[in-house]
Amino acid sequence: MIAIIDYGVGNLFSLSSSLSYLGLENQVTGSAEDLARADRLILPGVGAFGDAAEKLRAAGLVEAVQKKVEQGAPMLGICLGMQLLFDKSFEYGEHKGLGLIQGEVCPLQDDLTPPLKVPHIGWNSLDIVRDDPIFKYIQSGDYVYYVHSFYAKRCEESTLATSRYGVDVTGVVRRGKVYGMQFHPEKSGQVGLNLLKAFSEL
Amino acid sequence: MLTKRIIPCLDVRDGRVVKGVNFQGIQDVDSPVELAKFYNQSGADELVFYDITASVENRPLFTDILRQVASQIFIPLTVGGSINTLEDFDRVLKCGADKVSVNSGAIKNPALIEQAAKRYGDQCVVLSMDIKRVDGKFHLFAKGGRVDTGIDALEWAVRGAEHGAGEMVVNSIDTDGVKNGFDLEMLEKIASRVDVPIIASGGAGKMEDFYQLFQVPGMDAGLAASIFHFKEVDIRELKRYLVKKGIPMRV
Repeated sequence: MIAIIDYGVGNLFSLSSSLSYLGLENQVTGSAEDLARADRLILPGVGAFGDAAEKLRAAGLVEAVQKKVEQGAPMLGICLGMQLLFDKSFEYGEHKGLGLIQGEVCPLQDDLTPPLKVPHIGWNSLDIVRDDPIFKYIQSGDYVYYVHSFYAKRCEESTLATSRYGVDVTGVVRRGKVYGMQFHPEKSGQVGLNLLKAFSEL
Repeated sequence: MLTKRIIPCLDVRDGRVVKGVNFQGIQDVDSPVELAKFYNQSGADELVFYDITASVENRPLFTDILRQVASQIFIPLTVGGSINTLEDFDRVLKCGADKVSVNSGAIKNPALIEQAAKRYGDQCVVLSMDIKRVDGKFHLFAKGGRVDTGIDALEWAVRGAEHGAGEMVVNSIDTDGVKNGFDLEMLEKIASRVDVPIIASGGAGKMEDFYQLFQVPGMDAGLAASIFHFKEVDIRELKRYLVKKGIPMRV
């Protein structure tokens, strides 16, 4: 069973639907006991980093997630959920993340030049820089759907794929069995479904 | 590289797609779910659904359809029509919408944009505008383009972006239905004033119109309804054409 972590941040309907569509058993849950029972975890999220990190802590789920990761369960952070995997974020101040992957989350705005707009919204091609089982069913150059204003930096060691938007936007990261995707696989058509399928087979 | 987007728009009334759809190879041409599937397979980058149901009693029909679409189609879905309150945002987001488009609801209550952006994030709030030339000025129209608000549309766009609209659908009443191309003059004026992504609407009649649209700086997406519904333009073919012309597209 895949547990989709519900900590009051964002809409989990599409994510749950896409897993069900793939025939994968999944549960949207905010209970630490459910997380303990799951085979793998997905940490979703939209909104602001500080607020989300606080909600995750307040829900008492940080320990449950860390324990699961220590036990070797595959985990996937999506969008803000990916950003939360890092050490810290500079979104409106400085906030501490889960520290599961080394790196920082910084504003895109500071690194872009006009006419590039923030947020980075739309379909962008994913350039695979390091091959990995997560890419089993997709190819470098396939398109994925992004919506974000902040991105991960200083994480070269864990970067598996990037997308070009003025800078190389960190698209997919991995450390051990912890993966992160900045884009939304649940909104990236067949390519996104193929990534979720590969995650379920890790 | 970020691509430009092609977006078909489906008007839904009482559970059915309106604007007489003329399709071959689809069993039920008026079913929003079947049409959405078709567009998804044709390479549409996003789908926009407008609920034009007149009565509140029939509203659950629309949300039910939305739920069905969102459980089978995994590309971004924007939903508009009768969005007046945060509860309306909540209602459609829970059924699988990714973005919510506000139009008359924001004119009646401009604070709605900011409130929704705060609660759901800028990326979720799409400001939709119906604009028409009146005495040489661009006026904002309400109620599906029927009522002249007298508001300067360019100023309204700037205000909307400042208050947190993450994208804009800019519909020209002057070119809508004429099929002689998008309203490039008006779109250029809006794009030079706001820096959020712009979805152009109104006037597409042929493939070249989209090419001309993407020559305007700041245009991110082209939206159309009847030319896709009537298969006058096939999305797959359109994207291939645009790629050949050097426009980045997801193909």
